[in-house]
Order: sequence, then structure tokens, then C-alpha cells
Amino acid sequence: MASRYIANTPAEQREMLKTIGAASIEDLLVKIPPKARLSRPLALPPALAEADLVRHMRALAAQNADADRFSCFVGAGSYDHFVPSPINHLILRGEFFTAYTPYQPEASQGTLRTIYEYQTMIAELTGMDVANASIYDGASSLAEAALMAHAATDRREIVLARGVNPLYRQVTETYCEGAGIRLRDVPAPDGVLDLDAARKLVTAKTAALVIQTPNFYGVLEDVAAAAELAHAAGALLVVVADPVNLGVLEGPGRLGADIVVGEGQGLGVPMSFGGPNLGVFAAKSALVRRIPGRLVGATVDRDGARGFVLTLQTREQHIRRAKATSNICTNVALCALMATIYLATLGKQGLQRVGELSTAKAHYTAEQLTKIPGVSLRFAQPFFKEFALRLPKSPTTVVAKLAKRRILPGVPLKTYDRALGDTLLVAVTEQRTREEIDAYAGALAEVLR
Amino acid sequence: MSGAGAYDKLVFELSSPGRVGFSLPESDVPGRPVTELLPKKHLRGAAAALPEVSEFDVVRHYSRLSRMNYGVDTHFYPLGSCTMKYNPKLNEDMARLSGFARLHPLVRDEDAQGALRLMYDLAAMLAEIAGMDAVSLQPAAGAQGEFAGVLMIRAYHQSRGEKRTKVLIPDSAHGTNPASTAIAGYEVVEVKSLPNGEVDVESLAREVGPDVAAFMITVPNTLGMFEPRIMEITEICHARGVQVYMDGANLNAILGITRPGDLGFDVCHFNLHKTFTTPHGGGGPGAGPVGIKSHLAPFLPTPVIVKNGDTYARDWKRPQSIGKLQAFWGNFGMLVRAYTYIRTMGADGLRSVSDNAVLNANYILKRLEADYDVSVPGPCMHECVVSARRQKKQGVTATDIAKRLLDLGFYAPSTYFPLIVEEALMIEPTETESKETLDAFCDAMIQIARETEREPALIHEAPITTPVRRLDQTRAAREPDLTWSPKT
Repeated sequence: MASRYIANTPAEQREMLKTIGAASIEDLLVKIPPKARLSRPLALPPALAEADLVRHMRALAAQNADADRFSCFVGAGSYDHFVPSPINHLILRGEFFTAYTPYQPEASQGTLRTIYEYQTMIAELTGMDVANASIYDGASSLAEAALMAHAATDRREIVLARGVNPLYRQVTETYCEGAGIRLRDVPAPDGVLDLDAARKLVTAKTAALVIQTPNFYGVLEDVAAAAELAHAAGALLVVVADPVNLGVLEGPGRLGADIVVGEGQGLGVPMSFGGPNLGVFAAKSALVRRIPGRLVGATVDRDGARGFVLTLQTREQHIRRAKATSNICTNVALCALMATIYLATLGKQGLQRVGELSTAKAHYTAEQLTKIPGVSLRFAQPFFKEFALRLPKSPTTVVAKLAKRRILPGVPLKTYDRALGDTLLVAVTEQRTREEIDAYAGALAEVLR
Repeated sequence: MSGAGAYDKLVFELSSPGRVGFSLPESDVPGRPVTELLPKKHLRGAAAALPEVSEFDVVRHYSRLSRMNYGVDTHFYPLGSCTMKYNPKLNEDMARLSGFARLHPLVRDEDAQGALRLMYDLAAMLAEIAGMDAVSLQPAAGAQGEFAGVLMIRAYHQSRGEKRTKVLIPDSAHGTNPASTAIAGYEVVEVKSLPNGEVDVESLAREVGPDVAAFMITVPNTLGMFEPRIMEITEICHARGVQVYMDGANLNAILGITRPGDLGFDVCHFNLHKTFTTPHGGGGPGAGPVGIKSHLAPFLPTPVIVKNGDTYARDWKRPQSIGKLQAFWGNFGMLVRAYTYIRTMGADGLRSVSDNAVLNANYILKRLEADYDVSVPGPCMHECVVSARRQKKQGVTATDIAKRLLDLGFYAPSTYFPLIVEEALMIEPTETESKETLDAFCDAMIQIARETEREPALIHEAPITTPVRRLDQTRAAREPDLTWSPKT
């Protein structure tokens, strides 16, 4: 049967073959040796008509505990922040949606302008001089930052605070192995970087110290103290930060960070089971020629009119090949566009409101939950929109029991740190209502009884 | 669209103090303000200088910016090696179902059975399409797929106690191939191709020694040609213990016709944003799953999606794994789109995709061969490379031709790639374009060839219909202006 995605009719095919001078499409495949040919049709499930396929997909989607049907208190790197309506309408404009990397700038000014806006907004939020056009996600951004710190300092050790998202650490390890970079960990017994331990580990061999704030446990780190410590050893400070929080929290660049990376998913990108995400990458201008990925710069056209182009491309793989600063080619431009529209829509006041509401609700949630006997905060530290909660029963059991009540109460930390077997990581965004929070507290009290 | 009077605003320039574009509820919980909840040293000294605009300002601004772009929906986009085919609208609806779009990555396996099943089935379908034994969906793009594949090869050799330090890559390869390989810790050795773009098999046979870990090659090659001696090549490599990697960027040419696994490849990545219709989004996100033969299975990225009876799970217990590539499990939203596409097409539909992609490319090649130099005689596969070397002698370069095409209503082919062809124009029409569109494009290319002789000034002036004219790249690089700041 003819496919709706292919225009050529049999008559048109014949006409084209006649022009080509071939008897059949088979004749065009002569360079493929016969023994290399697949002698049977691919064994795939049968094609489905549109309506049948929609039914099938809805059935699959219905088997997932999504945040529309469940109260989502899960964070740890992906957050249920509100997504204003215009974002989806605007990104679906085919001129944005179906374009590719702006290799022909004159026919890609829309994309280039949005990336330039994005770079400006991210630089402003993070307190850095420059931001790139995006990396895949927060974890791969951190990995790229580690490689960049190694290249910039010619040192082979990266010191990571235990408060850095452990999934990010795993990705960084994958990326660093080939370059022979060694990762060392600084403990966080109280939920924050142990400065004394860090001082011993950060040495003349250290390319960068990496901290995350708020860290994996939701706790705020002392960026200025970490910067001082790193710089004293001639190392760079890399800070992992969630840009959604930076409407309220100080940009790490203004506190001494040399590179800021993070997950920008909260800026209008759906959680989508963990991807696509938005890897934020920003740096001080001294490092600009070592930045991975694409950069957009302003310039002028022949008539002197303002225009935008991909620039400093001699860093990139299509020019430098094996000597490029990174192998990244396709990035997540559309997610960066979502973030740009999000930040334009929320604006100066809105992003601040999101941070304030999330903090207020997280603190209210913590108060309600810790009223339950046996439940307490794991760390006595200032936290933002996420906190580690110690439970008197196995967090895994609690998660299973609350799922039956359509509550996703958080992430059990046992898999990330054996010492935290009794701990649940709870995230609260502006999306959670008091009703949901109270229902969570009520349900938790019942299952712990 | 016209050059004169084009829209020239950035969102910051629309800002008016006090204007808002959002709607957020008042707090419904009791409590103290954030300034009391958190120590002052953590709080912003000054509010972030984000724009203050209305919702409608936002909508009109970005609608206007979108009109400064060419996309597949609006223009023929023959960008070679990028497979700029139609992106079905149904895919978008499916990716936006709440059960997918609003699903948190860290819910329990029990709470994500539909998502995990989709991933498991998609991996199995991709494995069948490529003739591989297993597929990891985790890589976020082709380059990350390459990186993962090379790391698995490295882990494999290490597990056998072999120290191999080099990876061979043809000079016609995409830049990501050497870049990904270098990051994985290998020395890249560039292998010279024959003038027709094919591998020099005899020379390769001399180069694959005990220090070579892998040979990485694109099939069909970047000139759009099938590598005729590919099975011999994979045999030679295997005889010397060398793993063979296929860059799957050009998979759109061979669906249901031949399979990388059957050709002898050990690893192959897929670009779901090329062959499998997920949108290019102005530069991404894509997805770059990587397929492997069973001997590499122990090294797959964690977690691996497995099926136990009727249920699906993420398996983390993989002691020999290369580790993780991104925080979560892959660009799931893209996986939903690719799954939707494969289920739409079925086996016959996918075969028809490649048949028509090959037909369309050969039609263009035939129609252009009188006016442009053809680097390798056809038939080609899904794309063709022509050279503007004849035009260059008259002062018109591949760049000039690309710019003139923009004025004539077409996006440009890839230019100056592959590097082994002088003044290359790499044209990939894809199967979704109609004969009328191909004819209009070929007519435009032929018109430009005529203009080269009669009115070259017209070409050198181009583009004149776009929102801006040719841009000063040198200035952009010499005086980098990467962020907006208010005029003082």
C-alpha cells in the first residue's frame, strides 16, 4: 500500500527511471554485492493505520505514572515545573522545528537570534560572561566541563564534592576515562562539602573542583568558600546549578565560579522520562576558545545590518576533527528555544516567583512531613526546593505504598549511597498545591503507622 | 520575506519595566518569605535582568523570528548527510501524551511499564533493521553514539588483555568520527580514500596491524556511494582482530536492502533525527542509539532495558559496562517519535523509503550532470555529490551557489563536504519530496549554472531576498559578541 509520507506514484517513478536511464529501482542498487543483500523482508510488526496507532500509543502511555495523574514529589535532576502554553505553540512552528543547524546564516536568522538570546539569558542567570548554544543534558555538560578544565590547566585530576548528583558523576567518569583523568571525591558527612577534606584533596594536580548548589540533597553550598579553595591551588571551580533556581539564588559566577553547568530542563522542557533535556554550559570569557559546542555571535551583513552567525568554529569537530574541543555536533537547540521562550515569558519577576513559591512549598512540605513521628530532616542545613528526609521505614516500601495512592513521594537514596538507606529525597516545585502536600503528609503518616 | 525593513528586534529590546507575560498562583501555604528561609549570602544581589514583556509580545516576537528561518515544512532542504525529510505531525502528538511527556525519569520500573516497553520494542526493531544483536538507546546524538561505540570497542579489547592504540578513519568521514574517537583515548589515523571515495582496500590491508583497535567507516560513504568491497573489508579487519564501526548517518539509503550486521559490522549507530523522522529542531535534540554484536553486550551503557516475562525493567547490574552517557535513559521524547514512525511504516514502508530516497537522488544526479561536474558516476545511493569546480573557474564558488539557491527559494545543499571533493555540493533530497520539487530544484541549479556564464554578478550579490545579506564571519570571530547588553 502507498505510504502517506512518500509522494512518488508508480507512474512518476517510471518517468524518473526513464530520465535516469534505468529499468527499475533495482538497477540503481547494482553496487551492492548480491551476497550483501537482505533476502527477506525486515521482521517488523505490521504497519498500523493512524487511528490504530494512536490507540496503541495511548494504551502504552496509560501504563505510566505521569505527573498529571500522580502527585509528583520526585526531583534529583528532573523537575515538574510549570510550562506556559505559548512555548509549545511557538516551537511547533515548522520554520523552527524542522530547520537544522544554521549552516546558512542568511536563511537561519530566526534560530541564530534565539540562540543569541538564550546565551545572553544563561550568562545573566549564571553570572558568567558567555554561554554556549547547549550540550545534551546537565550530566554531559559537567563531563565536558571536566574535559575543558583538564585542557585549560593541563592537570589530570578532577575533585568532586559528594553533593554532586551521582548520575552526573557516572557520566563524567565515562567521559574522563579516555583522557586519563582521575576523579576524586570529597565527602559531605553533613550534607555539604567538607571544606577541610577538600583543602587536602585539591592540589597542584587538580584541574577543577566541582560542587553543586543546591546539591543533590537539596542543600545550599558555600560557593565563595569553594572558589577560594580551588583558586588557591590554581584549579578552576566548576559549579553545577539549576538555572530555574537562579531567579532567587545568586549566579555562581558572581561568587567565583569559572564554569557553570547544569540541567535546564526546568525551563519549560517536559520531563519526558528523562530526555531530551537541556545541558547548560557557561564560562568566564578567558575560557571562550576552549568552550565545547556551538556559539552564536553578532556581526553585520554587507549592508551593515545586524545579523548573527555561528562563530569561533575552529574549536569544533567539523573543522578541527580529532583536535576539536568536543565531539558534539547535534545539540539540543529546540530545548534551548523552549528555555528562551520560558525565560522571556516568566521574565524578571516570574522566575523569581517560581523560586519563591518552590522554596516556600518545599519548606511547608518539610514541616508537615517532619511532624510525623520518626520522620526527620537528614541534614540540618539550609535547603531550597528539595530535601533529604529520614524515614523510620524503608523508603522503597514507602514509595511502593504511596504509589497505590497516586503519590510519587520522592527518590530513595539507597541506590546512590548505602549510608543513606533510610533516606528519601523529596522535591517540591511551585506546581504542588497545599492540598497535594497535605494529602502526602496524611498518607505518609498512615503508611508509617 | 525581503531584505529591506526586515524585523530586527531581540526580546530584550521589547522589554518594558513592570510588564508581565506569566500567570502564577499566590502561595497557598503558610510560611516565611525566602529572605528569611535562606541565608542572605545565597540570594541574588540584584534581580536577573530578564525581559519584561507580555505574553503576546512573546508570541509575536518568536513568530516573527521563525519567519526568518527556512525549515523542511516551508522549503526544500537538500542538506546532504542530514536527511531532512518530512517530520510527521502524528509523532508530535504521540510524544506529547501525558503518559510520556509528563513522566519523571526516576519513577519505579513498575510505574513506567509503558515507557520501558516502548524502549525495549524500539531497541529490538532497530536491531532487526540493522542486523545487530542489541541496541542501546541512551546516546543523545550521533556523536555520542560514536563515542559509546568506540568506548565499547575499547572495553572489549581491554577485557581480552589487548593493547591497541589506533583507530583508522577515512579522510572522507564526518568530523565527529575523529573527534569522538580522540575523546575515547585513541590515536586517530586518517586513511586516504581512492579518488572515487572508496576505501583503498589494499592500502587498508597494510595498515590494519596489531595496534589498530577499530576501523570506522560510513556506509554508504559520504559521496553517496555504496562501498562495493565492504564485506571484504570487514573480513580483513576481523582477521587482524580489528573491530569495524559503521557510522549510520546514511542509513536512509539501505532500509530493508542490506544490513550493517550482515555486512560484518560490530558496531553501528543510528541517527533517529535523520532516518527515523524526529525533527531537527534547529540543531537538535536528536538521538543516537548504538547497535552492537553480542560480543560487545557486556559493555553496553547502563542501565539496559530488559524484559522479564511480561514486565520490563532497567538492569543496572552490568559490571563491565562503559558506564553512563547522560543522566537518564536516553532522549525518550525522540524515541517515542521514532517508534511511532516505524510502527506507521512497517517493513514494506521502510523499504519503500530507501527505494524512493535512492530514486530521487539519482534523478537529481542525472538532471545535473550536464551542468555540474559529477565526482563519481552514478548510480548513487540516497544522496549525490556534485562539484562546482567548473563554475569556480568562472569565479563562482560552492558558497555562491548556495547563497543564490536561497534567493530561488531553496535551502542549500551541504557545501565543502566531503573534504575530498573540490567545491563540493552534497545533495540529499530524501524520499518525502515529490518529483515537482526535485524538478524545481534542478531547474534552479541549472539556471545558476547558466547565470555563472551570463550574469555572475547576480550570484555574487546573493542572497538578496533573505532577512540579512551575506554576513561578516571574520568580524564575528575576531571581536566575539556573544551576549546582548543594553546600549549605553
